[in-house]
Amino acid sequence: MDVWLFLTFAVIAVGCAINLVLQTHPISSALSLVGVMGSLAVLYLLLGGEFIAAVQLIVYAGAIMVLFIFVIMLLNAGAERRPTRRVVALWISLPLLFTFIALAAVLVESQAPRTEVVRFGGFTGGTAAEVGRALFTRYLLPFEITSILILIAILGAVVLARKEI
Amino acid sequence: MNFYVLSLIKTAIVALALLTALAYLQWVERKVLAHIQLRPGPYRVGPHGLLQPVADIIKLMTKEGLMPPGANLFFYLFAPFLAVTICLISIVVIPFGPRVELFGVQTNMGLTDLNIGVLFILAISSLGVYGVALGGWASNSKYSLLGCLRSAAQMISYELPLALALAAPLLLVNTLDLRRIVDAQGGFWFGLFPQWNVFAGPFPQIFSFLIFLIASFAETNRVPFDLPEAESELVAGFHTEYSSLTFAAFFMSEYANIVTVCCVATVLFLGGWQPLWPAAYGSNYVPALVHFAAAAVFFYHGAQALKTRMWDRFSFPVLGFMFLGLGVLFLIPFLQPVLIPLFWFLAKAGLLVFLFIWIRGTLPRFRYDQLMRFAWTFLFPVAVVNLLVTGLLVALTSK
Repeated sequence: MDVWLFLTFAVIAVGCAINLVLQTHPISSALSLVGVMGSLAVLYLLLGGEFIAAVQLIVYAGAIMVLFIFVIMLLNAGAERRPTRRVVALWISLPLLFTFIALAAVLVESQAPRTEVVRFGGFTGGTAAEVGRALFTRYLLPFEITSILILIAILGAVVLARKEI
Repeated sequence: MNFYVLSLIKTAIVALALLTALAYLQWVERKVLAHIQLRPGPYRVGPHGLLQPVADIIKLMTKEGLMPPGANLFFYLFAPFLAVTICLISIVVIPFGPRVELFGVQTNMGLTDLNIGVLFILAISSLGVYGVALGGWASNSKYSLLGCLRSAAQMISYELPLALALAAPLLLVNTLDLRRIVDAQGGFWFGLFPQWNVFAGPFPQIFSFLIFLIASFAETNRVPFDLPEAESELVAGFHTEYSSLTFAAFFMSEYANIVTVCCVATVLFLGGWQPLWPAAYGSNYVPALVHFAAAAVFFYHGAQALKTRMWDRFSFPVLGFMFLGLGVLFLIPFLQPVLIPLFWFLAKAGLLVFLFIWIRGTLPRFRYDQLMRFAWTFLFPVAVVNLLVTGLLVALTSK
């Protein structure tokens, strides 16, 4: 069951990612990215990271991508034109792509040997309570520093926007 | 019993009940609005317009589905499908009642229980904006586009106070599992008054409840925040160009959203299926008495029917007998553990749905700048202060 779910959503994620690059219309690309994020959330869920799965949906799919789509709609961006020298690009890029995938496969194989089983389901470090405890005890300082960074970014955005008015 | 068979049966029951309720919610809304405005409302199709939803469904199914020129066909058809799917998904984590045993089968009332039920609802509802935004954008119409931009901005803005208002009661119950949230609200003050989150110590969540309600009015695009479909400015907002079944899908998703929001409010703030006062003081007889009272009202009006509405002499007593039968069901001992929690849950959720309709009949619409200013300069700070005060009091009183 786990394996089938993993395969289904892995295929969906990769398919959406390829579609993201192939589409010419920005809205289609943005929605493919939403698809990638949704299937990634399911993969997190299969690994037992239920909190991170929910946050993935709430933050990335629900907030950031909505903002992307909002901006695309406001700017009324149309479909891009395909570049003219497609055939040449195809002939150069396809071998490069295969080389890259082969290299990545070799790297993954050497780093995570096949004898080590990927853990499905049994992993229990991902509940909301455990993530919260880790964040507020062991990783308190990085957590607070990140919040301050985000606060600074918000202040910067407000200052930049004020100049325009 | 096999897990899959049991889940299938439960899903079928919930889906049938939900879809029927959605169809009839529209009838209820039209009737309540009509009575607020001193007119009879739908009256022609069936007794008191009771068959109106059926007629509407047939009408919508047989109408021609129009494609606006220049529309993005894929997204134009995908958007209503997305909207209706997303708003129906949230219902799977709502617990309708406690663990029960019926015909020798033990099961939880509700489709599933997640450890992260609250987060699941937040995640799904944050995806709800896609259906609206895509539908408005793909229609290739200025009214639809303006409607969908307004709606997206409004839903993003009001999601913040909504999430903050949800967080405060979670501090009291200390879990994200909706079933355990309801269980935690089961006690009674002095053995009499309910310990629902709106009344619970150390800090009653009445402010969170109000913030949640206000924000959910905006999330579901209802009056007084129905700017996305302000008919005087935008014809019908994001679904201006939709017709036939695609329009029906958007229409259904609006009502499904209301039902979901009311169920969530019931579970988080109003104690889910917990009764208003303990069973020791006879709260188990309330459902039967309410139904008997409704039956008595129907019999009285059937006897007093107007000369111009002779049909009522027949239809009202029939309804009266139906309610009498329902009331008797609540007195059968082996059905009681199932039906009585269900009654309390549906009564609370139903009252909230009625509140949604009532407010639509009472309040005027906000202006767009008022709506945004209200969200960011009033509702959001109040929600933050409420969360901080709750957190402080919980930290001070916890052992």
